[in-house]
Amino acid sequence: MDDLKNKNTQEEFSLNDDRRVKVLSPGAMVAKRFFRNRLAVVGLTMLIIMFVFSFIGGVVSPYGQDEQFYTYEVMNQDYAGVVENNDFRYTIADGQEFGTILQAQFLLASNNQAESFEYKDVTYDLTLEGPDFYTISSNGTILAIAAKNIINSESGEDFSFNVKLEALRAYTNGETSFSADGADYTLDADGNIMQGSETLGYISRFVVSPIENGVTISREFKEQISEAVDQQLSEVDIVDDNGETQHFEMSYEPETGVWTIIRAEETYVYDRYASPSAKHWLGTDGNGMDMLTRLMYGGRVSLIIGFIVVIISGALGIIMGGIAGYFGKWVDNLIMRIVDVFYCIPQMPMIIILGAAMDAMQVDPMMRMFYLMLVLGFLGWPSIARLVRGQILSLREQEFMTATEACGVRVSRRIFKHLIPNVIPQLIVICTMSLGSTILTEATLSFLGLGVKFPFASWGNIINDVNNSYVLTNYLFIWIPAGICLLVTVLGFNFVGDGLRDAFDPKMKR
Amino acid sequence: MKKFIIKRILISIVILLCVTFIIYALMRCLPSSFVENMAMTLSQAPGAKSYDEWLQQLNASYGLDKGIFTGYLTWLLEAVQGNFGDSWEYTIPVMEKFSQVIGLSVVMGGISFVLQLIIAIPLGIVAATKQYSKLDYGITAGALIGISLPAFFFATLLKLVFSVKLGWFDLYGLVGRNYAQLDSWGKFLDMAHHLVLPIATLVIVSVGSLMRYTRTNMLEVLNADYIRTARAKGLSEHTVIYKHAFRNTLIPLVTIIGGSLPGLFSGALITETLFSIPGIGYTSYTAMSNGDIPFSMFYMTFIAILTLAGNLISDILYAVVDPRVRIA
Repeated sequence: MDDLKNKNTQEEFSLNDDRRVKVLSPGAMVAKRFFRNRLAVVGLTMLIIMFVFSFIGGVVSPYGQDEQFYTYEVMNQDYAGVVENNDFRYTIADGQEFGTILQAQFLLASNNQAESFEYKDVTYDLTLEGPDFYTISSNGTILAIAAKNIINSESGEDFSFNVKLEALRAYTNGETSFSADGADYTLDADGNIMQGSETLGYISRFVVSPIENGVTISREFKEQISEAVDQQLSEVDIVDDNGETQHFEMSYEPETGVWTIIRAEETYVYDRYASPSAKHWLGTDGNGMDMLTRLMYGGRVSLIIGFIVVIISGALGIIMGGIAGYFGKWVDNLIMRIVDVFYCIPQMPMIIILGAAMDAMQVDPMMRMFYLMLVLGFLGWPSIARLVRGQILSLREQEFMTATEACGVRVSRRIFKHLIPNVIPQLIVICTMSLGSTILTEATLSFLGLGVKFPFASWGNIINDVNNSYVLTNYLFIWIPAGICLLVTVLGFNFVGDGLRDAFDPKMKR
Repeated sequence: MKKFIIKRILISIVILLCVTFIIYALMRCLPSSFVENMAMTLSQAPGAKSYDEWLQQLNASYGLDKGIFTGYLTWLLEAVQGNFGDSWEYTIPVMEKFSQVIGLSVVMGGISFVLQLIIAIPLGIVAATKQYSKLDYGITAGALIGISLPAFFFATLLKLVFSVKLGWFDLYGLVGRNYAQLDSWGKFLDMAHHLVLPIATLVIVSVGSLMRYTRTNMLEVLNADYIRTARAKGLSEHTVIYKHAFRNTLIPLVTIIGGSLPGLFSGALITETLFSIPGIGYTSYTAMSNGDIPFSMFYMTFIAILTLAGNLISDILYAVVDPRVRIA
């Protein structure tokens, strides 16, 4: 019975009794419809993830946006070159002259295997002392030595002419000692010139010169290298002055006759295009910056640009559209013609030209970003103005507007307090959609190198790296994540915008 | 009708004048250093005039020495006669360059447009008839993904998969390496082969909006009273959808398709640039990024004319296709 009674009381509610139905405010209705739309919820989730990723990720990330990382990399560097001397080197006796003209004459004569040559009425005699070793004399006085072996002095102090001459003679004839200028010298098989036990210098056919800057070639090194060259080794281990063994590779270039000594050296370089690792989850980019952090900051830049642009164009559009719609007549006509003109201005070419101009002017990257936002915002307002105007044209004929007029509400208040709020649903939809398209435009421009510039990251300019086909093929971790972020964000905005449109639409049944 | 068209054309001309003036003024304000560079190079030739003299002469020949208003009038007078000056970048008359490259863009745009229609309209209709089904969700999501896909990213993905990994296509360009040795049929095939990826990019990136448009309009029609009447009469679902609903959906479709016809001439700026296809888009991208004022001016004017023509055509078609619309 009780049950029946309850039932009866329930049925006693009148039709318009609030308790009879669950009453939802318009906002709650919209929210309910919105959350019923699966795509919209997916879109909202994607957006939340991207926002968290971009705005909180940058704070959490231990790295800075333009922090560069370094690494040690083993690189083969040319260390020294060894050349077998194939030119005559001239040593001129004290007080004598043997200039370049005479040297050229000598070369001619020696090539012709002549025993003497004449120059300016003077006869010069060539004496072949050994292979590639001549003395040149005139009237019995030795003027100069021409030899391909080189005498190096240990102390840096040059040997006297006589010592050199005698040393070369001894070296050529395979003698172990010689005397010159009243002193005795010994010569060992390696070509070392010694006085007593002290090594003064050495004779060698090889010239060893450093290729790298700041390298001094020590005597031992030269000797060991010369030996290695003699033995035609391709690798050599050399003990340096500090007793450390260094490994060198040698390569011979038959055309130039140069042995190149290559040293594997550890260099401190930017950690470019490092593969994903525990330290850098998405690797590093071409400047040695952490990719994941760049992505986060890039997202921040892209989203902020999107919002600012939409705010600019939204504000302009609301004001212009509101004025046009409310006043009608010539004001409407004028503003709508302006809108038509703006509609006709080709956006992309315009921005490309401006970008190129800013390139030419070398505008600071920060200022560039501001200009970009201003231009995009300024080109984007006409569609919003059109929408607002269209809505207001129909709204202003309704009774509540007559009421505001009767109450003597100010015109600006009437437009912005009573008319615009009624346009908000459509505005939110169009703004959400244009957020997505603005981010796309910005990314496209940055991809072309005309938008956001280094050092600022943006998803577009991260993908820009694929202009290098090597990156395109081999470093997928550089550009695929950025593209996915971009896609997810824009898709999120579009899903949400679409869901909002459906949710705001009173005709929609669900 | 005639009066309406004439009025619209006149308005369009006024708008076009405003747009070109704005563009001209902007271009003149740009610190384009091209003329200075050119004067510099010319003056460095042996026995040449001085830099200042060259600069003066070049400025005069390009009308840059006049004020913005007189300069614009000069430009306009020439432009009306079809003379847009000489391109700085390509060093031939702008119109000559234009006629060289426009054909390719139209072919590319045309093919991708037809493909878009073939894909978008049936899918849009299916999605609308099965609203809220899995298929509808799939198609809607697909359309939105297409809209949200950055063209450059998608093109890069295509390049990676089909050019790099599979090696089916070249990365860039319109013709292959041995193009010169091919006969005319081979040349045609070679070009067609190189256009596959760009057209695929164009279609995927822009098919979404048409698909959504079809779906929305079809939904609107399906909710109309005459469809309920048709169903009440006991007509088969097939007849209802393809005879009663689809024909009415054609009204907005024809309008928008007509309106986008002029757009086929505008070329695909980004896609052509990505694939280095020498159509109008890539050509003008190069011109614009190198500060070629005459060519940029021409291209922007051309685009503005196309936009206006598109609007005009869709307005007229709207009245022609739908007998309910009467234009005063």
